[in-house]
Amino acid sequence: MSSKTKKRSLFEPAIVKRALWDSIKKLNPLHQIKNPVMFVVEMGSILTTLLFFHALFGRGEASPGFILHVSLWLWITVLFANFAESVAEGRGKAQADTLRRTRRDITAKRLSRPDPHADVSEVISSQLRKGDFVLVEAGDIIPMDGEVVAGVASVNESAVTGESAPVIRESGGDRSAVTGGTTVLSDWLVVRITSNPGETFLDRMIAMVEGAKRQKTPNELALDILLAGMTIIFLLVTVTLLPFSLFSVRAAGQGSPVTITVLVALLVCLIPTTIGGLLSAIGIAGMDRMIQANVIAMSGRAVEAAGDVDVLLLDKTGTITLGNRQATEFIPTAGVDVRALADAAQLSSLADETPEGRSIVVLAKERYGLRERDIQGMGVVFVPFTAQTRMSGVNFDSRQIRKGAADALDTYVRTQGGTFPPDVREIVDDIAKRGATPLVVAEGQKVLGVIRLNDIVKGGIKERFAEMRQMGIKTIMITGDNPLTAAAVAAEAGVDDFLAEATPETKLKLIREHQAGGRLVAMTGDGTNDAPALAQADVAVAMNTGTQAAKEAGNLVDLDSNPTKLIEIVEIGKQLLMTRGTLTTFSIANDVAKYFAILPAAFIPIYPALGKLNIMGLATPQSAVLSAVIFNALIIIFLVPLALRGVKYRPLGAQVILRNNALIYGIGGLIVPFIGIKLIDMILTALHVV
Amino acid sequence: MTGNGVLQIVVYFGILLLLARPLGIYMARVYEGDPSVLTRLFGPVERFFYKFCGINPDEEMGWKRYTAAVLVFGAAGFLVLYLLQRFQGALPFNPQKLPSVAPGLAFNTAVSFVTNTNWQNYGGETTMSYLTQMAGLGVQNFVSAATGMAVLVALVRGFKRHSAQTIGNFWVDLTRSTFYILLPLSVVWSLLLVSQGVVQTLSEYKTVSLTQAISYEKPKLDDRGNPVKDARGNPATERVHVKEQVIPFGPAASQIAIKQLGTNGGGFFNVNSAHPFENPTALSNFLEVLAILLIPAALCLAFGKMIGDLRQGWALLAAMSLVLVSFTCWCAWNEQGGNPRFGALGIDQTASESNPGGNMEGKEARFGIVNSALWATATTAASNGSVNAMHDSFTPVGGMVPLCLMQLGEVIFGGVGSGLYGMLVFAIITVFIAGLMVGRTPEYLGKKIEMFEMKMASLAILIVNALVTIGTAFAVSTKAGVAGIANPGPHGFSEVLYAFSSAANNNGSAFAGLTGNAVFYHIALGIAMFIGRFWVIIPVLAIAGSLAKKKHVPAGLGTLPTHTPLFVAFLIGVVLIVGALTFVPSLALGPIAEQFMAAR
Repeated sequence: MSSKTKKRSLFEPAIVKRALWDSIKKLNPLHQIKNPVMFVVEMGSILTTLLFFHALFGRGEASPGFILHVSLWLWITVLFANFAESVAEGRGKAQADTLRRTRRDITAKRLSRPDPHADVSEVISSQLRKGDFVLVEAGDIIPMDGEVVAGVASVNESAVTGESAPVIRESGGDRSAVTGGTTVLSDWLVVRITSNPGETFLDRMIAMVEGAKRQKTPNELALDILLAGMTIIFLLVTVTLLPFSLFSVRAAGQGSPVTITVLVALLVCLIPTTIGGLLSAIGIAGMDRMIQANVIAMSGRAVEAAGDVDVLLLDKTGTITLGNRQATEFIPTAGVDVRALADAAQLSSLADETPEGRSIVVLAKERYGLRERDIQGMGVVFVPFTAQTRMSGVNFDSRQIRKGAADALDTYVRTQGGTFPPDVREIVDDIAKRGATPLVVAEGQKVLGVIRLNDIVKGGIKERFAEMRQMGIKTIMITGDNPLTAAAVAAEAGVDDFLAEATPETKLKLIREHQAGGRLVAMTGDGTNDAPALAQADVAVAMNTGTQAAKEAGNLVDLDSNPTKLIEIVEIGKQLLMTRGTLTTFSIANDVAKYFAILPAAFIPIYPALGKLNIMGLATPQSAVLSAVIFNALIIIFLVPLALRGVKYRPLGAQVILRNNALIYGIGGLIVPFIGIKLIDMILTALHVV
Repeated sequence: MTGNGVLQIVVYFGILLLLARPLGIYMARVYEGDPSVLTRLFGPVERFFYKFCGINPDEEMGWKRYTAAVLVFGAAGFLVLYLLQRFQGALPFNPQKLPSVAPGLAFNTAVSFVTNTNWQNYGGETTMSYLTQMAGLGVQNFVSAATGMAVLVALVRGFKRHSAQTIGNFWVDLTRSTFYILLPLSVVWSLLLVSQGVVQTLSEYKTVSLTQAISYEKPKLDDRGNPVKDARGNPATERVHVKEQVIPFGPAASQIAIKQLGTNGGGFFNVNSAHPFENPTALSNFLEVLAILLIPAALCLAFGKMIGDLRQGWALLAAMSLVLVSFTCWCAWNEQGGNPRFGALGIDQTASESNPGGNMEGKEARFGIVNSALWATATTAASNGSVNAMHDSFTPVGGMVPLCLMQLGEVIFGGVGSGLYGMLVFAIITVFIAGLMVGRTPEYLGKKIEMFEMKMASLAILIVNALVTIGTAFAVSTKAGVAGIANPGPHGFSEVLYAFSSAANNNGSAFAGLTGNAVFYHIALGIAMFIGRFWVIIPVLAIAGSLAKKKHVPAGLGTLPTHTPLFVAFLIGVVLIVGALTFVPSLALGPIAEQFMAAR
């Protein structure tokens, strides 16, 4: 996997510079109101600012210096939250700028009809519409997304995929889709335009990475509601403290009611600003992590859904096994030396350019030291595979060597006057039963033995499936093979289930069945015949090399076209949810310490005995309130890297993950602020700030 | 705490948990319509009842219709109860010729009993006729409890069903709760209580001569009821000689059985279960305090049984029990520790052979500290509200325990039905946070918890907390509200806070001291009780409807298990933190300040 997306460091100077400016611009209340928690903080900042001027020019409720400090730190809290969001967006924007550079207007050669020799009129690419035909020749940039209707060409798609090796695009089949902004390197193509300007793949990619059309995902909305609910509760708690304290002043006959500045400080400390301030940054960063993995999500919903996947459908070929079968063993019939079999098998395969054929040559060389021979000089005649004979081989001198399926060879040796030995039949059956493919080798009328061809399961894939099982995800292998072969490969690869002799219909049916059972299904696909299943799946990863239909049906597009990418996608989805959950827990747990800082400070004038609640031993009521506010602001900025990177996901059971996270973020969230607030108080006191 | 005290707590919880399982499984069968011994007995009655009322028991309701039925039934109950009180003077079964109840009090009492709160701004023996007690209050004791149970069952069906539009039939759930659960249990409990000497009669009050006449100084009042001061500015008093006493009677045992079992708590007599005719012996005390938590505990297991995973029920019961046991021990320990001011004076308050020790003010000598603490915590954990000791006289921090238990939202056992549905709302919020933490869209009992559920769950919690804070703030900032406060300083604040916590959470226990029998508190607490009940029921039933529509998600390795000790701990954490974060500031100005000041 090569990647053009250089891993951007978390705080790249250019991004930070832009983010700083953006965080000021985001102070606009119209922007803040989308996030109720931070909107409340901004209102508090404005209120305390007014109180400061009131104290400065009139009889304020507290010293202007104290109010100013609180007010400043409240503004900083808002700015920190804005900054977190801007940094997250900035990374996407930088990416979008790179993409946008490839989307400049170019001159396209419009054809009057889908024929390379038709009349060409030159138009600006933005004037092209769906259904137009264009001619693209070597050196040209493809003006718009489309489908090849004629021609074959090599195309450099690095602008989109980051992959510099050119790919072949041709009409018909699964390699007919071309993307606007990519460059034709050789030959020519006639392309039918399939999207209008502004709707192209590149446009959608830019919109996604930029977060311009970012819609809140379902879980994010639900969390938003919880946070808003808590904000209202804390608003009530703090607002009612004013009458409570007024009554208490009368009841105690001493002291003064809680000041509005302290109430605002208490409110801001209590409402979940940590998660509220980082929530949108977490969401944007999740999309960004997808982009880093070279996956384009067509919606945020898909990213989130990836974390919930229960069932994973994977194509056997290319995903679980290496693309082709390989020879793994020569089994001679009785009375034949294995070397003689290997020799014959190699000879028959020397001219066979299929991967299977090559693997036979390699096996003979590795196992029996038979070197490749130069067949050109030996007067060898290659007999290619045909659908009629269903075998291939060579003729040279007087030798006629053939290899092929057992029944084809049976017929062949009989016509040559030989017999098909029963022990070979047994070997053939045995190999088939084990899920491998037998190839029988014969010379003239004599059967020499059998070559076993195996599906080669990719290295490390078994471990990944074990990981998936740990995560609670069921893996299902999809294959066109017969059930016997499928079962054998499934067992070797360690998938939980398989679908043999799969057709587009059976795939679709399988997905629907799982969905009816309440499960979330993910699958990868590239061909046009995958499109219905992709459209049905909850998380559908289309390969970028795939057809336009597949890409339209998928909600994620993998630019690397790497089918095992789904595993990474699932992890990113889970990380996204975990980061939100852990920071929410942390944010709420923090409140306990803040109460111990602010409540005694607020109530000591009324009931001095409440000074006993000041278990942190904070210096003065003012320093206590200010320390809590400062801690509350600083924790946001400290947690920005965590929000952007995401909480680390390990494939452990849900129970273990909850335990670990509850310990770190729950218990940690209880303890950390006690230490933090005390430290800040010590610094404030040392600096004589209040 | 003494060894004996610990033993009493252990025995109590032991027997409670022992009885919870069989009763829970029985209740599950009742709601699923499975036949039992009692079906043969009540089956014909039930069917006749449906026919009589024109109810089709097989008809299923969607959540909106179910809610409408709950509301209509509540409104009708309110109207009947209000009118009964207003016209009791002209109605039969009134041997004491008690006058009709004033509008404000009648409103408050009607709301109070319909909402299963049973906050009482009156003394039963001096205000309510036997007819009002039996046909009004007694009936609501049954049906308000049955309403809570019906709503719970509807919510459980929401979890249980999938891709369904309906959540059951309210009338059937209501009828079954009453006929098969509340009535039989009440009969058993009434008989047990009568055996202990609890009165059950329709005869009028008796006047008897005192064996020893007493006299005391009574503050002199002028015509308008204000205290008269003497020449030196001290309150003037007059000497009163008392030779005889009026002993109130009534059909108490039957009322007490249901008031305990149905987490109602409205006493037949003014001092509730501290009265010797309501609660004469140690055994009657045990039976009554057992009855408080019996159905709420058993409902957890009924829930587990109904959703087909008893462990889920045990998990919720474990969470409730753990919180309650710790709070009970904390309360008993503080009460046994005694009055901090006495401690400062060097008075020995330790328990010994001849002295119970601790803070005995406001407690019945026949129950002692542990049983008073156990009752106080049980009655406020469950939204019962009956008392066998005066919570106002507890030590500040000891008295804070019942206050906190109410402020947690009445989900630690809670009211019959309402406690568990409240706890399930908390479980939904817990699952949401915990579920996100394991990286999956949260699921509870196979149902995805999404935006709508969060909206409704947040609303349910928000409304009650808002009622308590806003209500208290309103009371302490208005003249009428402050007028009812008896004690100065933080204790006075605690009284108001307690009243609104009790009303909004539908508990009904009172921190004596606050004079609630005034128009301000009639109205304010009445509103708090009404909203605290029905505006929680509506979101809960909305959740039920939304869950029932969802598909069932089978559990896998990635699913967060919700029956494990870890989840129980997380649930307790969420309940405590939400409660603590909301109420710590007000508690600091009330009991906490009082305790610290006293301990100086």
